[in-house]
Amino acid sequence: MLDLKGYGPSLLEGAIVTIELALFSLLLAVLLGLVGASSKLSGNRFLVGAATAYTTLIRGVPDLVMMLLFYYGGQVLVNTLSDYLYYEYDLDIFFQFDPFISGVLTVGLIFGAYMTETFRGAFLAVDIGQIEAAKAYGFTRWHTFRRVMIPQMLRHALPGIGNNWQVLLKTTALASIIGLTDMVRVAEEAAKAERSPFMFFIPVAFVYLALTAGSELFIKWLDKRANVGVVHGD
Amino acid sequence: MPDFLADWLNQNDIFTAATMLHYWDGLVTTVQLVFLSLLLGMAIAIPLAIMRTAKSWFISGPVWLYTYLFRGTPLLIQLYIIYYGIAQIEGIQDTFWWTIFREPFYPALLAFTLNTAAYTTEIIRGAIVATPNGEIEAAKAYGMSWALRMRRIVLPSAARRAVQAYSNEVIFMLHASAIASVVTIVDLTGAARNIYSRFYAPFDAFIGVAVLYMILTFILVYVFRRLERHLLRHQRPLSH
Repeated sequence: MLDLKGYGPSLLEGAIVTIELALFSLLLAVLLGLVGASSKLSGNRFLVGAATAYTTLIRGVPDLVMMLLFYYGGQVLVNTLSDYLYYEYDLDIFFQFDPFISGVLTVGLIFGAYMTETFRGAFLAVDIGQIEAAKAYGFTRWHTFRRVMIPQMLRHALPGIGNNWQVLLKTTALASIIGLTDMVRVAEEAAKAERSPFMFFIPVAFVYLALTAGSELFIKWLDKRANVGVVHGD
Repeated sequence: MPDFLADWLNQNDIFTAATMLHYWDGLVTTVQLVFLSLLLGMAIAIPLAIMRTAKSWFISGPVWLYTYLFRGTPLLIQLYIIYYGIAQIEGIQDTFWWTIFREPFYPALLAFTLNTAAYTTEIIRGAIVATPNGEIEAAKAYGMSWALRMRRIVLPSAARRAVQAYSNEVIFMLHASAIASVVTIVDLTGAARNIYSRFYAPFDAFIGVAVLYMILTFILVYVFRRLERHLLRHQRPLSH
């Protein structure tokens, strides 16, 4: 067994923090992606403009800069807000804007922009006849969206979601910079204390490889299930 | 100049000549780091991509392993391994390499180069594999040797197919270079972090630097769009 000089358990805890961060970010990203893609396809000028501004802004700014902005700026905003609430309404509300929240917000917001593009393409790939049929059945817009569009677009979106997830997982490593004790942070501290970087960083690198390889298999399985009714020519 | 803008510029301590110079130094470092790593990465990636398309597993296998490892792990980990790891190599501190790698710039350059080379290898490989068979057949019919075919037909044709994916990689690299600030390099992000901790003004420091990155990104997008139009001009519809 690997001799991790007693850092094994804390590295494992760090790995769990990494996975939690990645999953929460994925959830936020998927929600933002659905909202963004529906806005882009809504035809409403204001919504299209807002969604386009969102995806353009995100693509122009490095993830680390955004994370630093959210982490340091978020706390200032929370402080201002809680001061205001205290003096104006005598409400004593305060919460610490911790690295985990900043990490989820940043990674979720960034990948929400990529998911927007993925979902937009997937929505466009749904056969127009399906939507016409839903209209003919008297479905409301929401009903069409939930019952017809979403189930059929997921099949087209799945490869894109998979790619985004792989990149997202690696991006979560940045949260260690703002002080989240994920596995990168634990490895960094251990490597400094023990003066042996290879012993800690290489196992962590392999955990990332294992996570991406494992999720690749899972996505392949999902893809197979989602495409079960599709006849492929061979 | 509108009054509010003049007032704001007169009263602020943050956007002064000194901080502007600091940002400028950071900008120069970022551009150097990104430009050099892209250049070196490309120089490594072209031969590797050709090797990766070889039929023999003994040639393509090691390249596959290299790209798999570097694309499957976070750049931050690669940077840490190289930055902290180099000092651990036995005896390096007695060789001239130590005068180079003692500066954080060079370990970061090495990490970025290896990372972008891995992604670029896969981009070029995809483009090489997609070469229409007819082009290769025609080159063979002209009696071109393998090397001449590669140089005159396959690589130029692949470059056209690769340019779009490569522009994404360049922008990704610009954004990824922000992590250089973690190993004490004062690049754009490093400058912003210094200014943040000097004035405790997160919004001014980080939004300012975000705008600078955005300008750099849009310049790159524009340059690549021009390049793409230039490379693909023979495919443009006649009506335009």
